[in-house]
Amino acid sequence: MTVKEFAEKNGMHFLSCGETELEISGCYIGDLLSLAMSRVECGNAWLTVQGNVNIAGVAALTEPSCIILVEDRTLDENTETKAKEQGINILSTELSAYDVACRLYEQCQ
Amino acid sequence: MSEKAISLHYEIDGNNFTVAGQASSSIKKVLKQLGVAPEVIRKVAISMYEGEINTIIHGKGGVADVTISSESIIIVFKDNGPGIPDIEKAMQSGFSTASDEARELGFGAGMGLPNMKKYSDNMTIESEVGKGTTVTLTVNLQ
Repeated sequence: MTVKEFAEKNGMHFLSCGETELEISGCYIGDLLSLAMSRVECGNAWLTVQGNVNIAGVAALTEPSCIILVEDRTLDENTETKAKEQGINILSTELSAYDVACRLYEQCQ
Repeated sequence: MSEKAISLHYEIDGNNFTVAGQASSSIKKVLKQLGVAPEVIRKVAISMYEGEINTIIHGKGGVADVTISSESIIIVFKDNGPGIPDIEKAMQSGFSTASDEARELGFGAGMGLPNMKKYSDNMTIESEVGKGTTVTLTVNLQ
């Protein structure tokens, strides 16, 4: 399933748009950037509550298909600017990381 | 890849978390253009990013010099920060002296140096309290 399809199906909206047709493969949940840096795999959906600018830095290096900002967390202003510059997909949802992960498991088989 | 080594120099601003990752992103692009294997690029990107963050959080800024040759990628981080009193302790996973500000941003988990060691083929640390720290990372290409 692509990032766009997953977003539409689950009522998530884009806070930053890149290549929305990227396939989602697997997911990583975590808010510690050092851990995320070494664990997020290319193509993953990365689920986090962190909205600071460094998530864009980590995403630029690890290349997840999207970042999903869970629990209605917001992005810092400069995060949005940087993510847009770098073409990083960031989705927003009120769901918890667990709920999003369950949906990814069910829908992205 | 050409036999001639490529040298790149980066200034790392000590007070600016928002630019963290710029040097690593730049190196990643260069390595991609040179056709370096993705797993090697990943190792360099991770260890370089951690080094940048450390230079900002602990070193109060500094420089990174990267040398890319046909055998290896050598990254040298040099700062004029407070130095590391106990390197062995600093190397322990989970040990951190990061500020609350750094922790709120998702850093300070005590993963920086351990990650740099894990994702490089060799790491050396030279540090003098009150003078600064130099960390040298080598990632082999062959």
